[in-house]
Order: sequence, then structure tokens, then C-alpha cells
Amino acid sequence: MEILLQQIINGLVLGSMYALVALGYTMVYGIINLINFAHGEVLMVGALTSWAIIVGMQDAMPGLPGWVMLLGSTLIACVVAATLNFAIEKIAYRPLRNSPKLAPLITAIGMSLLLQTLAMIIFKPNYKPYPTLLPAKPFEVGGAVITSTQIMILALTAVSLAVLTYLVNYTRLGRAMRATAENPRVAALMGVRPDTVISATFIIGAVLATIAGVMYASNYGTVQHTMGFLPGLKAFTAAVFGGIGNLAGAVVGGILLGLIEAIGSGYIGILTGGVLGSHYADIFAFIVLIGVLTLRPSGLLGERVADRA
Amino acid sequence: MDKQKKLVVWAVSAVALLVLPLLLQSMGNFWVRIADTALLYVLLALGLNIVVGYAGLLDLGFVAFFAIGAYMYGLMASPHLSSTFPWFAAMFPDGLHTSVWLVIPLGAAIAGVLGILLGAPTLKLRGDYLAIVTLGFGEIIRVFLNNLDHPVNLTNGPKGLGQIDSITLFKFDLFGIPGINLGRFLDIGEYRINSVTLYYYLFLALAVVSLIICHRLEVSRIGRAWMAIREDEIAAKAMGINTRNMKLLAFGMGATFGGVSGVMFAAFQGFVSPESFSLMESVMIVAMVVLGGIGHLPGVILGAVLLSALPEVLRWVSGTFDLQSVTGGRLDPAILRQLLIALAMIIVMLLRPRGLWPSPEHGKALRQNGARAQP
Repeated sequence: MEILLQQIINGLVLGSMYALVALGYTMVYGIINLINFAHGEVLMVGALTSWAIIVGMQDAMPGLPGWVMLLGSTLIACVVAATLNFAIEKIAYRPLRNSPKLAPLITAIGMSLLLQTLAMIIFKPNYKPYPTLLPAKPFEVGGAVITSTQIMILALTAVSLAVLTYLVNYTRLGRAMRATAENPRVAALMGVRPDTVISATFIIGAVLATIAGVMYASNYGTVQHTMGFLPGLKAFTAAVFGGIGNLAGAVVGGILLGLIEAIGSGYIGILTGGVLGSHYADIFAFIVLIGVLTLRPSGLLGERVADRA
Repeated sequence: MDKQKKLVVWAVSAVALLVLPLLLQSMGNFWVRIADTALLYVLLALGLNIVVGYAGLLDLGFVAFFAIGAYMYGLMASPHLSSTFPWFAAMFPDGLHTSVWLVIPLGAAIAGVLGILLGAPTLKLRGDYLAIVTLGFGEIIRVFLNNLDHPVNLTNGPKGLGQIDSITLFKFDLFGIPGINLGRFLDIGEYRINSVTLYYYLFLALAVVSLIICHRLEVSRIGRAWMAIREDEIAAKAMGINTRNMKLLAFGMGATFGGVSGVMFAAFQGFVSPESFSLMESVMIVAMVVLGGIGHLPGVILGAVLLSALPEVLRWVSGTFDLQSVTGGRLDPAILRQLLIALAMIIVMLLRPRGLWPSPEHGKALRQNGARAQP
């Protein structure tokens, strides 16, 4: 029972990270129908930037309290990642908006590869320890352990989701986003500027991805240039799982995926008598995905963005 | 172009392709090896082109079939099975040393059947959903290859399978004909043809056969049905095309090519490991097809040759100019290669979104019946 509870906690933490990244995928997909393969790399850029700033701060101002460093570096990293994502959209995706569908997909894949390579050149390919800035105090809940970092991650996810929900549902920008997702041409006739809305979407996505990246780095304690790839893939899976283009779906999909993965890898050894081990964890995401899509091709919550956003 | 001119062009290019490895060979095996790899990728790209280019099904897990072909030959032509399983050693004390005439059809068949099996659950999916599911399939296969050394050591895990036989052609034990072992050189009088060059000719033959098959498919009823599905699935269905069977056929035919090139890859390298079948490899093959000119055979070949050969040439360039020491260890050949591939993907798509050599007419299916292109 303790194992189950522990894995549920781990799954929630993992899932909330997937959810934040999945939101970026799903917003972009909802508006311009593009799988932004470079989104996982934005997470990586955010995490690496925040790492570099923290290391710089620790050198320059060693007396600074940890939470100030974490917050400051995250804010700067958000700005960097948002600028980057804005530029990527403008340079690589915007000129291809009316091209055959595969063209932007290939530039997105190229962009993902480019960012990874540049990060490798700039930051060197080794794994770097991400400093523990907040005291990782363990709490016991019914036999399972949850650390203060994990609590922070869950809280931060909840806050981000609340802000995003407010943004999409109750602001002018949110209304413009929903309108553009529904029909860019009609939205333009109503005075919405689709290009501005799309840029804003990329910026918001980058901020969410950076927050997820910093969480990931704090939780696992390392950063590296390939760290964004697999979470990016899983987050995309989560977005499809929940019904791509659907914000609530991305969150549900992300958290469910995290839970399935954590519980699955916790129990697979016991269930199969040690025949299959936890290194099969990575395929749960895909098996679930294939299962869900076979039974319900538009994802758990359906695919319409404007209806539910 | 009139017929005679066309014939001359064909003859010249055929001679050029036949002589090319002999010229390269005199410059060193390294260059022939590049040509071999390029031909393998041509084979792969032609296969994927059937799925993506003709039928419009975006498959990001194509490398799975490549892996299946490679591991199949790896198991059938290496001592791994005999040394791992006593019962197998009891049956085949010398190991299976499968003949190429069995290996090619078998590799094609197994990959083809798996292509259909993997395609079946994805039939309802469209576009991007399909892309992510096929990507998932590719990853699942790779994870299994990586972990199936326990509890039964089938794939030898991350260590991979080594000591794979090279291919022997025209060997008949019955008549005592030793055949040509592609793993060694061949002496014709005074002239020595290297092993890599022999493989070149095998791969070239396969590529030409594949090209003919692809061309025939493209102009056949099946090809037109695929293109109709690509252009508008609902309309195709309304016109009485069995979209389910056609899609499965596209998956199966495409996978066949992947399986055969996998077999060739294993024989050529003598070693297979899960590392060669990463997602990146799938992405590269898709990039070749799209970059060259999706659905257009000359374009696809151009894309495959460019993307597979160029990086190798770059590796040579960066080695010659010693980039690693010039840039303080930050730029090694592998990184440079990756950087340039990434830039090529982005820049080519921005400048020519339909590929470097796109097909002159969009969608053959839309052409009127009997209205052949004027010569």
C-alpha cells in the first residue's frame, strides 16, 4: 500500500510537469495545427538558462537566499525562453503557414535538433548538477514520503493552471486565442490579429515549459542538453491522450500519463515476477497512447479547442 | 526530350553508376562506404515514400522495420543463437548461415507482415495522430530490442549482435561452387575489387529493382488509389476505393523495403545494436523524403543521397581541417554534422517548402484519364 501511495505521489509530480509542457503543445496545435517538435527543447533551454544563472549568482552573490535565486533565475529563464520561442515562430514557422503540411513539421524537427546541438556547443555535453536551493524536507503521508520540492512543484503547477485558465477564459487575449483557434479568418474579420495571437501563444507556451524545466531540474537534480527530448515526447503524448487542442485535456492527459507511468513502473516488476523491469517505463506512455487512440481516436476529452478552452 | 536522347541519358548514367565505385575505390574504401550507405538510405527513403509520399500517411516509426530486418538477419547469420541456447546449438551446430536468396524475401515478408499488423490499429487515425502513434511504435520496438537480453537473451540488449556473416552470392554446395563472398575482395585477373565495392553493386541492384517497383506502383491503379486517399480520403472512399486495404497495403509495401534494407545493413556492418535504430534515424528518413520532394522518385533519391552522403563528407572536412582543436573541443565532426543537418532541414524547407525537386504536377490522381503528359 505504501508503494502505491508513493507511486501516486511520484506520478502526480511527474504528471504535473507533463501537463505544463503538454499545454504548450496543445495551444500551438489548437491554433496553427502544428506539432511543435521543438517545444521539448524550449524546456531544456529554460532549465539550462536557469542553471547557468544560478551558478553565476552563487559565484557573484553567495549570500543570497535559495528561493530568491530560484525565483530570479526562473524569471530570467522564462524571458529568455519566451524570446527564443517567439523568434522561432517568426523565423521558422510563420513563413510556412500556407505551405504543404509537412514543411513546418520538418522545420520544427530541424529546430529541435538545432537547439539541442547549439546547447551542446554552448553548455558542453556533460550532465551538470542542478543545485538544491530549497531545503528538501521530507514529510510522511500515510507511510509514503513527499518532499517539500515536490509540494512546491504541485503548488506551482496549480498556480500556473489557474493563471492560464483565467487568461484563456476571462481576458481579451484569451478570447482572441479561442477565436483564432476556431477560425483564423473570421477572427481576423472581427478585429483579432492572428499573428499577434499566435506569437502570444508561443510566449505563454515557453513560460510554461520553462517552469516545467526548472521543476524537472530541481526534482532530478541534473541538467543536460538532451533533457527536453523525452519529456517533450511524453508531453505530446499526453496532449494527444487528452485530446489535442483541448486545454483541460492536456492537463488531464498529463497527470494521467504521469500516474500510469509511475504506477506501471512501480508494479511491473512485481506483476511479472521480475521478468520485466522498470526500464520498460518509457513504453507505458506509448502503449497507453496506442490503446486510447485505437478506441477513441480524438482523445479522452475530444479535440475541439474553442468549445472547452 | 525525344526517345533517343532519353536512352543516351539512361545509358550514360547507368555506366556512371557502375564505374563510380571503381573510381572511388582508388581513392580509398572510405568513399565507397559513403556510397554504400547512401544507397541503403535510397532504399529506405523509397520505402517510406510509398507510405508518406503516395498514401499520405505520416509514419515517424519507419526505422522499426529497418531494425526488424537487421535483427532478423543478425539472429540468422551470427553465432548468437547457437551460443545462447543449447537446444539451438544441438539443431544447428554450425549456426544458421542463411543464404541471401532466402534472407531477402524472408526479411521483406516479415517486415511487410509487421507493417500491416502495426498499421491495422492506426487506420482510424489522421495526420498528426498517426505520426505520434507510429513514433510510439518505433520507440516500443527500440525499448524491446534494448531490453530483451533478459530473461531470455534474444537480442543481447544494448551490446548488440556481432559477428554477423557477410553475404555470399551464387554459392551452391551441391555443385561445389564457392560463390562470391561479399565480405572479402574479388580478383578478376589482376584487378582487385574490394568488399565494400561488391556491396555497392548488390545495393545498387536492389535500389534499381526498388525504383522500378516504385515507378510501376506509382502509375498503377494501386498508386492512383493511394494518391486519391492522400488528396481526399472521404472522396476516395466515396469513389469505391477500399481505403482500409489500400492503407494497409501501403504500410506493408513500405515496411518491406525497410526490412530488406535492414538485412543489408546488418550484413554490411557485421554488427547491429539498438543504437542504430533511434527515433532520430526515423526522423532523418522522413526528412530525406520531404526535403527531396515528397512523392517524386527523383526527388526522394536526391534527398536520400544528399542527407546521407553530405554529413560523411563533412566529417572528412572537419577531420582534415582539425576543427576540434581550432574551436577548443566544442565542435567535433559529429556535432558539426548534426548542426548542418538541422540547418539544412530548416533552410531548405523555408526556401523550397515542397522540396528540392518536387513532382511537377501535384497529385497524379487529379489528372484526367488518358491525358498523358505531352513528351
